[in-house]
Amino acid sequence: MTDLTKLSIADAREKLANKDFTSLELTEAFLDNIEAANGALNAYVAVTGDQAREMAKASDEKLAKGEAGALEGIPLGIKDLFATKGVHTQACSHILDGFKPAYESTVTANLWADGAVMLGKLNMDEFAMGSSNETSHYGNVINPFRKAGSNQDLVPGGSSGGSAAAVAARLCMGATATDTGGSIRQPAAFTGTVGIKPTYGRCSRWGTIAFASSLDQAGPITQTIRDSAIMLKSMASVDAKDTTSVDMPVPDYEKAIGKSVKGLKIGIPAEYRIDGMPSEIEELWQKGIQWLKDAGAEIVDITLPHTKYALPAYYIVAPAEASSNLARYDGVRYGLRVPGTDIADMYESTRAAGFGSEVQRRILIGTYVLSAGYYDAYYLKAQKVRSLIKRDFDLAWANGVDAILTPATPSAAFGIADQDMHSDPVKMYMQDVFTVTVNMAGLPGISVPAGCDKNGLPLGLQLIGKPFDEETLFQIGSVIEEAAGHFSPDAWWA
Amino acid sequence: MSVDTDTVKRVAHLARIKVSDGDAERMTGELNAILGFVEQLDEVNIDGVEPLTSVVEQTMKKRADGVTDGGYALDVTANAPMSEDNFFMVPKVVE
Repeated sequence: MTDLTKLSIADAREKLANKDFTSLELTEAFLDNIEAANGALNAYVAVTGDQAREMAKASDEKLAKGEAGALEGIPLGIKDLFATKGVHTQACSHILDGFKPAYESTVTANLWADGAVMLGKLNMDEFAMGSSNETSHYGNVINPFRKAGSNQDLVPGGSSGGSAAAVAARLCMGATATDTGGSIRQPAAFTGTVGIKPTYGRCSRWGTIAFASSLDQAGPITQTIRDSAIMLKSMASVDAKDTTSVDMPVPDYEKAIGKSVKGLKIGIPAEYRIDGMPSEIEELWQKGIQWLKDAGAEIVDITLPHTKYALPAYYIVAPAEASSNLARYDGVRYGLRVPGTDIADMYESTRAAGFGSEVQRRILIGTYVLSAGYYDAYYLKAQKVRSLIKRDFDLAWANGVDAILTPATPSAAFGIADQDMHSDPVKMYMQDVFTVTVNMAGLPGISVPAGCDKNGLPLGLQLIGKPFDEETLFQIGSVIEEAAGHFSPDAWWA
Repeated sequence: MSVDTDTVKRVAHLARIKVSDGDAERMTGELNAILGFVEQLDEVNIDGVEPLTSVVEQTMKKRADGVTDGGYALDVTANAPMSEDNFFMVPKVVE
């Protein structure tokens, strides 16, 4: 029998419908892979084997009765940020030790309603704060990709590092992820996978542990563009429990794939050519431009003058919102409690022990910029800069640009405990330099695997779209996918 | 703008995070690196620019002001480190 775990969601969907194999067989194949690989990769922090088998059996019954949902019997991994009823949900933080919610997030509830099977919860940076998955309380995730001829462990990116690594190593068919500044697209680029952050408001945030509420969005990480289209259609919905979720019909994203890009106007922003960017990234970008040109798209130079201010504005807005959102972790209602001499001492001791150093750093920055006398100088100013960033994009759309092509990351995957990255927090923050503008403006962005660096490590290109125009991203993305092909790691962990 | 170690200790107290003198000293350097980085925003002319309040133009949804949820105190307190009779238990607050 062929290796079922190599299949795409689209292929598995067809073969399940044809009764070529059952969901239970497919699910067992993934559970076997997890068993064999998780010791080395640490992608899962909880595996829900029994629950997966039960869900798979229920799917097989539905398939037999011809009542299959859009994701019937498809085994998925879920980022630890999504509340899953009765199952480990800790945002990979020590402070949420033992937390098992009594409710289900809207995004995962939508997936289960469409028939998907849950394999378990995926590792991530603590509270989604990080670009390397090294801030997780559960340890590093190891990138399935290594440099050619090397056995050095590399990071999978972050914060959705477990999601990206699990998809690349075939420990699930697809994974949920979230993106506040690049947390879907950067790990996707580091692992040769596809990751889309939809428009703010497309997926409900209800039941997704909050980091920065005006920036957080859920999206999928998958092996192919089509698989992302399939998953996003199920994940997206309007939701009375999230007032920022948008009441617009969810399109059939798959229909956009394969449509000609002839005549589409693709913007190339001059500001994304930054100092110190490796020549390989520039070459990859040029290759992408050529592929789209060959497919009939029109390439236009554009300018997004406030690009360089997106990251500094983000490091005011995101920590400010995080310091407020994370105030709820106080040792009273859930998770860790460290005893103290009085209630204030109990709060302070609990939060000192429960939050890791990156999370503490961001809470302190956020508390400082929101403290009396500094609000106007920091938060208000950053929100004004955000308006200017959004205006840059609005002008591009007004000039007839259909989508924007940029590199996804300024580098390929780097080493675990990289000295350079850890000596200065701002260096790590630079990982999001190409992705964070998209969150600040609320736009959709997709990372598509487009090539490899000289060491054989995957690199991604990013497409940025108009609000709620994910369809055009899938349409153009599939041209890049077809030209670049797919990238899989050697299974050194097996 | 930059912070000194006393400010870091004050902010940490506001954020209810206990820090040792050593922690506060280390964090002072890290916070100043970030504050130095965000200082770039001073270059931007923001005269007459409105702050962004919503990335998607839509009117806030409203609903009738009524109870729509609740009645499961046991679920609410199920994850508490200490609870009794559906109440959260904390150290004594008033003498």
